[in-house]
Amino acid sequence: MSPSETYYQRIERKLTAALAPLSLTIVDDSHRHAGHADRIAALKDAGNPTHGHAPTDGLGETHFTVTIVSDHFAGQSRVARQRMVYDLLQDELRERIHALALKTLTGEEANAAR
Amino acid sequence: MSAIFAEAFAQIKNDIESNDVVLYMKGTPMFPQCGFSAAVVQVLAQLGVTFKGVNILEDDMIRSAIKEFSHWPTLPQLYVKGEFVGGCDIVREMFANGELQQLMKDKGVPSSN
Repeated sequence: MSPSETYYQRIERKLTAALAPLSLTIVDDSHRHAGHADRIAALKDAGNPTHGHAPTDGLGETHFTVTIVSDHFAGQSRVARQRMVYDLLQDELRERIHALALKTLTGEEANAAR
Repeated sequence: MSAIFAEAFAQIKNDIESNDVVLYMKGTPMFPQCGFSAAVVQVLAQLGVTFKGVNILEDDMIRSAIKEFSHWPTLPQLYVKGEFVGGCDIVREMFANGELQQLMKDKGVPSSN
């Protein structure tokens, strides 16, 4: 990975390489959780643990929603599909990403939902 | 399994075997401390099923162990009759298309709704 690569780009690169997506949408929702920083600071002041929240450094890239359409999901349960994605992104989840909302569809399912 | 988790694994196993429905979550069912946990609590409330909420914020060992136990890196996590169902996305999707209601029925979990 190049040092300047963002988490967004890492997600895109890894999922594209492993799952050959027919469609891949990555949305950084971090701004919607920016208010957490205040609450976590308040918790800390009150002597409570910060419950291991993601970095609240204002740089974003902590909460993502990913919609991925790939035929690699065919015949796999929902749990198995999400595990495939989680496993591919385990470094990113450990390092920074706090929440990853996932929608995992096969090409056929995506067409049916259209 | 890491030896350090042996005790936590035993506790998780006991919890999911002695309760029909267990939700590993941030906060309590009354006061969820995370939007994703709150969403699953809401689904369970709408289903009218009784469940045990385990607040992982109060137990660092369980918090780490449940992720290994389930092979699932995020919270919340829902168990029904000892079986891992999924996290927030899956629970919401299954509720929306009626699969969760069917699962509860198939597994014989009493529901008031």
